[in-house]
Amino acid sequence: MSAPVSPALLDTAPVLDIRGLRLRLPRTARPVLDGVDLTVSAGETVALVGESGSGKTLTSRSVLRLLPPGAVAEGRISVAGADVLTLTPRQLRTLRAGTAAMIFQDPRAAINPLRRIGDFLTESLRLNTKTPTAAAEARAGAMLEAVGLPPALLRRYPSQVSGGMLQRVMIAAALMGEPALLLADEATTALDVISQAEIVALLADLRTRFGTGLLFVTHDLGLAAALSDRVCVMYAGRIVESAPAGALFARPRHPYTAALLAATPRLDAPQGRLDAIEGQPPDLRTELTGCPFAPRCASATDVCFERTPAADAVPGDPAHLVSCHHGDRLEGSTGHA
Amino acid sequence: MPEPALVVTGLSRSYGTVRAVDDVTFTLPSGGSLGIVGASGSGKTTTARIVVGLEHADAGEVVVRGRRRGDRARGRAARLARAREVQMVFQDPYLSLDPRVSVDALLRETLRLHFPRVDRSRRTAELLDQVGLGTRAAGALPRQLSGGQRQRVAIARALAVEPAVLVLDEAVAALDVSVQAQILNLLADIRAQTGISYLFITHDLGVVRCVTDDVVVMRQGRIVESGGTTQVLDSPQHPYTRLLLDSVPRPGWDPRAIATARRTP
Ligand SMILES: Nc1ncnc2c1ncn2[C@@H]1O[C@H](COP(=O)(O)OP(=O)(O)OP(=O)(O)O)[C@@H](O)[C@H]1O
Ligand SMILES: Nc1ncnc2c1ncn2[C@@H]1O[C@H](COP(=O)(O)OP(=O)(O)O)[C@@H](O)[C@H]1O
Ligand code: SF4
Ligand SMILES: [Mg+2]
Ligand SMILES: [Mg+2]
Repeated sequence: MSAPVSPALLDTAPVLDIRGLRLRLPRTARPVLDGVDLTVSAGETVALVGESGSGKTLTSRSVLRLLPPGAVAEGRISVAGADVLTLTPRQLRTLRAGTAAMIFQDPRAAINPLRRIGDFLTESLRLNTKTPTAAAEARAGAMLEAVGLPPALLRRYPSQVSGGMLQRVMIAAALMGEPALLLADEATTALDVISQAEIVALLADLRTRFGTGLLFVTHDLGLAAALSDRVCVMYAGRIVESAPAGALFARPRHPYTAALLAATPRLDAPQGRLDAIEGQPPDLRTELTGCPFAPRCASATDVCFERTPAADAVPGDPAHLVSCHHGDRLEGSTGHA
Repeated sequence: MPEPALVVTGLSRSYGTVRAVDDVTFTLPSGGSLGIVGASGSGKTTTARIVVGLEHADAGEVVVRGRRRGDRARGRAARLARAREVQMVFQDPYLSLDPRVSVDALLRETLRLHFPRVDRSRRTAELLDQVGLGTRAAGALPRQLSGGQRQRVAIARALAVEPAVLVLDEAVAALDVSVQAQILNLLADIRAQTGISYLFITHDLGVVRCVTDDVVVMRQGRIVESGGTTQVLDSPQHPYTRLLLDSVPRPGWDPRAIATARRTP
């Protein structure tokens, strides 16, 4: 989408590295996240896509160790070198106040309506770093300008600004601690297309200016294709396909990815019925054997119901990983260039 | 030509100094599907609420099947008949369903009110089947259903009263792609089977392409462009329509150019 970040920046150690993340919730028959591997380098934008309930939000919340009560996590999550699952409460506060920041879908739910925007923006800085109020406010004003808002907004209340502006305030808040990693969970889903484009332009700017790594969670595949360097497709708590955005959309190898693309209403498609994916994702109360997508998959054979497919690189393309027993069947399909 | 399902003429509504709806005129043919698109705050929902009768207009009129909405109907039966003509499905079915009432009870109650003599068990089963909900979902409370299932319930309830016009305000916006595709196909099937008309409000232009015949583009309360959906989307005439189209993410799009274009009026 935007000017590529210099290769030197991308070569540095990843700002986010998730290895074999397995998350169990109380009263469930199988892990809700089941062996998630995911990497975001400095200045890189990675999109995490999938149906609702597939585990996208839990993955991004795990990065800040914001886990549901009773959840048990295994595996490793490191953020800018810090091992998130073993941090002390104090180190965890530092992580959340600075190194990594999160933007949510509904900005109004994440902000106290009775306090001014200025107080909201400076709170974390004043509490965690003992920055004097005047200095914190100056920085908040500068961050508002960085996201294209007038510093005068500091004295306004959340109810006095539109949803699109409030989402920018959220991004400004996330930037206050100069994060190396930004987690955006459906951050533009509630916005109209024009406001969405503005927020995406802003996020693209941040990565070129500050080298911020971005994990962008969305169920909008068109958006994922347009804004990310790499896309990870999640199904039933596993990453089933991951590839550079262009390759994934032009040549999807996993039947689920192909089905998602076919189900998306497109501007350049003929009018009429969509190729909906019949059925529902598996319930957490049932155990899984074999490929989790098998009951809904048109390409499924006996082996799919018996053995879980492992992630394999597409021949000749080490950056394109697919977990499918028949990942070569879609070879040559044109997908959606 | 059969009588249009809905004719809206010169509709206006202000809140203080905000002209939420400003001289809006359009026609929805019988059995047709008309989209209303526009950015947030352009007046789509206000227009819909006036059409449904949840909001009054400062000026203009709404005519359904040749009869003016708002004209006094004589008698309870006539009033109910008028109330049935236009039904609405909202973005979040959760908020429009009573949490204590099961799907089955909700449909039966709606039928009892409007069609006291109909065989309610048979019709309820028919409706559940029509929206692709098994009888298993019949006993469920709203919170036991997924978002897509709740939206099916909301559609079934609206269909129960056999309206001429169904107003859908961002009715698929909260659903993810696969469930959205199921609901959009369902809506297309229902229209083909029953000849119902849709007023379809959305800011997703891909959805508009998929489910509407005609479209109006609103900006700051006014219609800036209207016409056949394919024609408007393929050769937009108004700069604002072009801005909306350019805002749709696609590989190689340029969000910065859109951000700049928005600031230049
Ligand atoms: N009850 C109300 N009181 C005051 N202003 C209102 C009210 N309802 C709507 N407005 C204003 O009227 C304008 C149009 O609002 P409307 O809800 O119709 O927009 P919309 O096109 O549906 O937007 P969205 O895409 O965000 O749903 C906006 O400026 C809004 O703030
Ligand atoms: N706090 C929680 N307690 C119990 N179950 C949860 C909780 N959060 C999420 N889940 C369950 O975990 C699964 C994945 O959820 P989530 O990560 O929110 O999915 P996504 O963001 O992809 O829609 C879902 O089945 C959801 O119901
Ligand atoms: S492993 Fe089998 S069931 Fe699973 S996606 Fe591949 S073909 Fe379909
Ligand atoms: Mg989520
Ligand atoms: Mg609205």
